[in-house]
Amino acid sequence: MKKVIVIGNGMVGYKFCEKLVNKANSTDFSIEVFGEEPRPAYDRVHLSEYFGDKSANELLLAPSKWYLENNIKLHTSSLISSIDPSKKEIKTYKNESFTYDYLVIVTGSSPFIPPIKGVEKKGVFVYRTLEDLDAMKSYASKLKSEGKIEAAVLGGGLLGLEAANAAKELGMNTHVIEFAPRLMPRQLDLPASNLLKQKVEAMNIQVHLEKATSEILGENGIESMAFNDNSSLKVDMLIISAGIRPRDELARNSGIKIGERGGIWVNNKMQTSEKDIYAIGEVALYNDGIYGLVAPGYDMANVAVEQITGGDLTMAPSIDMSTQLKLIGTEVASFGDPFIENDEVAVISFENKHKGIYKRINVTKDGKKLLGGILVGDASDYNTLFQLYINAMKLPENPEDLILGARGGEASSVGSVMDFPDSAQICSCESVSKGAICGMIQDETCCSVSDVVKNTKATTGCGGCKPMVVDLVNESLKALGKEVKETLCEHFSYNRQELYDLIKINKITTFNEALNLFGKGNGCETCKPALASLFASIYMETANRQITIQDSNDRFLANIQRNGTYSIVPRVPGGEITPEKLMVLGSVAKKYDLYTKITGGQRIDLFGAELHELPLIWKELIDAGFESGHAYGKSLRTVKSCVGSTWCRYGMHESVSFAIEIENRYRGLRSPHKLKGGVSGCIRECAEARGKDFGLIAVEGGWNLYVCGNGGATPKHAILLAEQLDDETCIKYLDRFLMFYIRTAAPLTRTAPWLEKLDGGIEYLKKVVIEDCLGIAEELEKEMQGLVNQYECEWKQAIEDPEMMKRFKHFVNSNDTDNNIEYVPLREQKMPKAWR
Amino acid sequence: MEQILQQYQSVASTKVMTWFHVGKINDFPENGGACIKYKAKQIAVYNFTRKSKWYACQNVCPHKMEMVLSRGMIGDLSGTPKVACPLHKKTFSLENGENLNGDDYKIATYPVKIENENVYIGFTD
Repeated sequence: MKKVIVIGNGMVGYKFCEKLVNKANSTDFSIEVFGEEPRPAYDRVHLSEYFGDKSANELLLAPSKWYLENNIKLHTSSLISSIDPSKKEIKTYKNESFTYDYLVIVTGSSPFIPPIKGVEKKGVFVYRTLEDLDAMKSYASKLKSEGKIEAAVLGGGLLGLEAANAAKELGMNTHVIEFAPRLMPRQLDLPASNLLKQKVEAMNIQVHLEKATSEILGENGIESMAFNDNSSLKVDMLIISAGIRPRDELARNSGIKIGERGGIWVNNKMQTSEKDIYAIGEVALYNDGIYGLVAPGYDMANVAVEQITGGDLTMAPSIDMSTQLKLIGTEVASFGDPFIENDEVAVISFENKHKGIYKRINVTKDGKKLLGGILVGDASDYNTLFQLYINAMKLPENPEDLILGARGGEASSVGSVMDFPDSAQICSCESVSKGAICGMIQDETCCSVSDVVKNTKATTGCGGCKPMVVDLVNESLKALGKEVKETLCEHFSYNRQELYDLIKINKITTFNEALNLFGKGNGCETCKPALASLFASIYMETANRQITIQDSNDRFLANIQRNGTYSIVPRVPGGEITPEKLMVLGSVAKKYDLYTKITGGQRIDLFGAELHELPLIWKELIDAGFESGHAYGKSLRTVKSCVGSTWCRYGMHESVSFAIEIENRYRGLRSPHKLKGGVSGCIRECAEARGKDFGLIAVEGGWNLYVCGNGGATPKHAILLAEQLDDETCIKYLDRFLMFYIRTAAPLTRTAPWLEKLDGGIEYLKKVVIEDCLGIAEELEKEMQGLVNQYECEWKQAIEDPEMMKRFKHFVNSNDTDNNIEYVPLREQKMPKAWR
Repeated sequence: MEQILQQYQSVASTKVMTWFHVGKINDFPENGGACIKYKAKQIAVYNFTRKSKWYACQNVCPHKMEMVLSRGMIGDLSGTPKVACPLHKKTFSLENGENLNGDDYKIATYPVKIENENVYIGFTD
């Protein structure tokens, strides 16, 4: 058996191991890995998510048990101090020796620290490891307690902007300082960079271009930065992201050939100057270049594995540096040669300042080949463009259609993903070709997207290729004559709409009955809440009847918070509330020591109620005339309103009165996802009704009705369904629209993505709702009226029934409460103490 | 934090020293769970009616260390009974405590005994 030693356990080091253990002859090799960091390899590409909602464990590429299961001996916190190529031996910093048959150096890179005076001061950080992030986090929280909030990032490249996002996530007021006259100078041209700058600044990150830092000033730690143009900036914390330097010191000291400007020299087999020693990833100098992206690193890992296991794969002569990512909420992509401009090249660009989109493609003069391009603000065309470029495919007759979309016809300008050659690389992170994916479907190795993901790891890197993989799998299945069907989960091979019909027609009333008749197994966290929602939408059944199929929020009729306590949101229809009721909320919050906050839906949220307190609090609220706000359900939340014509000097109609009427009509209505509404009294649109699932705006002669908008991660403006409606027609159309959505949408799909998938789009929806082309309008209205008539406040139901109250005890066998809950002060209130 | 986790070690039914009475079977909702207290421990107990089986495990979810697993939905994954944490939907096998999403977490499980409609959980202390 041959012994392979891997020095470095970063993303590329991990990939090398993964590829090696997946080889047919992998049992001929034993693998031992030395990593300098305390943790196994983690996803550095998504590092800033560590400040969002990802824990260190969630960022791991594989848990420690993966190494065990694959017989890989992993040493963490183990620095290697020397290599002796003649003895084929390495030494750790503790002076332990290990011999190898093959050595792979994957030591990666370290951040480049420019020689600026004062750079050693406290409060200056680099952005590379989880430990760096932990250090930044604790420094930032110390700063904030002293009222200091200014953070700067030195470097406006890709990583610098990621770091800026991280600083912002830490709650710091963030600046980006770039030496070049534009952001991301390696990937973007000037117009693209200007647009990105606008977008970054709109997120409250200030960008300073053409600034050369002369000195970092401060007594104990950094206090300010001085620039060559004699300006300065007050800074309490600085993150340096000014490029990378290969970690070649170990190889250099061991006599392995190093490039003039650093990096371990390798040939196209990833071999270094010494026999049986390979170098891959950011430390490797290949074709005079160092490549700081994950995809070329993964390719190098693949080549090294092939070489060591007896294959003859070599590295391509030119390395593709195309990249697509989301930076501070903005999609950015750059591929091929983004800047090329000469007599042989035609540049086609398109800019929409209003929507914040810039697209550029560089095409050969004859219009036949794509050479490169840039996308900012909307990178949805990236995959197609990248495939056209990388496979040197023939372009459509009018290449501008590629970025403008085909005008006049409805057909897509590029055709389907099935037109790509088999060699087309669909997932560049994991090097998976179209041929590989379609082949697995054809030979029946795989029969679903999840099978393909499991077998090829496609989509598990950046995830950008997901839509193409889904299309490829579905199209290949269709070509084989197999039915492509979206099913709920392993327990039900029906989709939501089919189950809606089955339950209704067969008058099924319990989950168990549905599972016995139409499913198999014992259910799960996907199908239980989906069916609970169907029972609610068909029979207006409250969450009190089948409690153990409810998602946990519905089961306890409150929103679970990070420490396992709950928040309470009583309904405040239209956002109108009397002083007396406000005082009740205040006194209840005070009595139970609840953190209070105004919600985005014009209500008041009371946080920190323990399970056993929920019924006590609700008893008081119900006695004061409140009812459930259903903030915990996939159901109607609020109908937001502006004050309207009763008070506002511009108001056209009574928006508050109408909002209250609508909210009270649809209260308690459960749906595939949450539903929000808005009513504005004039076109100034103060209620932001077009950001809602349904919105009404008062105009001369009635209401304009908009549908299928939302805020959130993918904001969508609602689209005009009908104009100048009177109150009655408006409600009639709303009834039809909502009921049609409830009947036909997939689980957890909001109205905007539902409309996007609806064949025929808004025009079809108009035909169904207004022209009644399906002949179901009356039925939809009747169903909705039935649901409205059966409404009951589920909290009132719950506190009046001792049997239902049982679920609000923390312990079955004790009256004690959860002693794991602790709080820390937050301004004049409190917040949960986090355990990890 | 680690101290909380160390309190919970799986108990094999052959190693039980104490069968602790925690309630009657109808104290636990059908096909769902509830929490019980034993000394300083919080244990989630599930009445998996569909399988005519009972399961018990630590109430603390090892992901964010909150006492919430008893409030999660139960079900199965290709036949393996499981619970989904109500906070982030991490799922765990109720048979051996393994995480079923491929994360590096594990929960401790405890044996359950039913006698004359009484529910007992097995401990070694």
